[in-house]
Amino acid sequence: MSAPNAEGLRLQVDMIKCVGHASCRELLPERVSLDEWGYPIIETDPLPSDLVTHARRAVAACPTLALRVDGKVARVRTQ
Amino acid sequence: MTIMMERGAARGGGQGRQGLLLPRLLAGGRKLAEHRATFGQLPLRRFTGEEGRRKLIRAVTDAGLRGRGGAGFPTGLKMASVAAGAKRPVVIANGCESEPASRKDKMLMVCAPHLVLDGAVLAAHAVGADRVYLCIERGTSVADRLEREIAQRDDPVKWKVVRVPRRYVSSEESALVHLINDGDGRPMTAPPRPYEKGVGGRPTLVDNVETLAHVALIATYGPEWFRQVGTREDPGSTLVTVGGAVARPNVYEISPGMRLGEVLDAAGGVVEPIGAVLVGGYFGTWVSMPDGWGMPLSHDRTGPQGTSLGGGGIVALPAESCGLAETARVVRYLAEESAQQCGPCMFGLPAIAQDLAAVAYGRCDPATRQRLSRRIAQVTRRGACRHPDGATKLAMSALTTFAADLETHMSGWTCTGVSRDPILPLPSRQHRDRTWK
Repeated sequence: MSAPNAEGLRLQVDMIKCVGHASCRELLPERVSLDEWGYPIIETDPLPSDLVTHARRAVAACPTLALRVDGKVARVRTQ
Repeated sequence: MTIMMERGAARGGGQGRQGLLLPRLLAGGRKLAEHRATFGQLPLRRFTGEEGRRKLIRAVTDAGLRGRGGAGFPTGLKMASVAAGAKRPVVIANGCESEPASRKDKMLMVCAPHLVLDGAVLAAHAVGADRVYLCIERGTSVADRLEREIAQRDDPVKWKVVRVPRRYVSSEESALVHLINDGDGRPMTAPPRPYEKGVGGRPTLVDNVETLAHVALIATYGPEWFRQVGTREDPGSTLVTVGGAVARPNVYEISPGMRLGEVLDAAGGVVEPIGAVLVGGYFGTWVSMPDGWGMPLSHDRTGPQGTSLGGGGIVALPAESCGLAETARVVRYLAEESAQQCGPCMFGLPAIAQDLAAVAYGRCDPATRQRLSRRIAQVTRRGACRHPDGATKLAMSALTTFAADLETHMSGWTCTGVSRDPILPLPSRQHRDRTWK
């Protein structure tokens, strides 16, 4: 596996928008697995650089626009 | 309603400058005149101008005040972030208290309404807001009372009392913003968090009503006075709701650092042998007794399972009751209270509740037990809000604290505790709203 990408891009999912089409699992099995109800469990560590293009493809294919790639951590937890 | 109060473990050393040690929050009266006689005028004049605002935020920061709604986040830090926004901020005073095991906020709003209102005005002044939304659960007379009290005051802010649906997740901060903006009391995805972009797209300070009451006291008496009780990391007094098998279940003002056993004694002591105590309400943890008797309570995650005071709900469970059955009931309630927005919460919580019921009512085999652990791990941290995390934390804590009971249940022994009357309070159907509007 290659080194993390320079911009610190991460895969993020908006769980409210997600309805479990699971196209992300299809297109990016390296970073996405499914729970028993068919919703994606996403690895949110920075993407390895060789996966960034694949990740963007999965983002473009998400029917509910729930998946995205960005540099910000979705939630800064205080605990 | 009589309110009993006990002096906490006296860490402050002697009486405060104003002669107040505890009670602090409940020292004033219900009426404006009584309140002013005790606490004096709103100390806005000491904090005029830009410099004054900064001074007020600094006072709250120096006091070390932490949020009393559950998360225990440093209030001064939150105020500074809101004040630093580009647009004029808004303040939300959160008095919803949807937690069934807690009634300290309702009690505070009834017994010391003007302290809460003073705190909200001061917080609004500190961050530069001119509008305060006071959010209260509908279906009680508290909102009407506060509207009447507000009408008697002459405040430099615009007040709006918002009546919030009686649903567990509607008191979450993004849900309040959602309700005010769009009339929908369901939590939203973060970011943006309300302190960045909240009501009308403005930076929004969402603070629990007890937190705001402490802000009023800090502005009046100063940070050193505030620190005279409590611990270094968690100063000041705090309200707790003590229930279950104690002689005088009620709301008490304690100082953090006080031991769990002392708090139970303050509530008149236990009325029968107890097996465990739930600390921190329904997003809290079970503490096994008598081992936990000497555990100091604070908003820090002390204790072996990260036990913290949270919103201050404390329930003593008799040794004769079944902690697994109690937890199964509450987790089922929490599953029903899901906003049904995120898959893991919508499907995961009912599944976990069902497994817990199987464990509690003796239909459990090792496979169910394993599935339960896997589901708990799978659901945690996968919602837009923390509702699933709170529910799984409670479930996990029950499996750990009642591990011995779990063995008994799994080996097929009949547990007599499951047929006892439930101890953990749940709202009846007619006190739960079905709408999000």
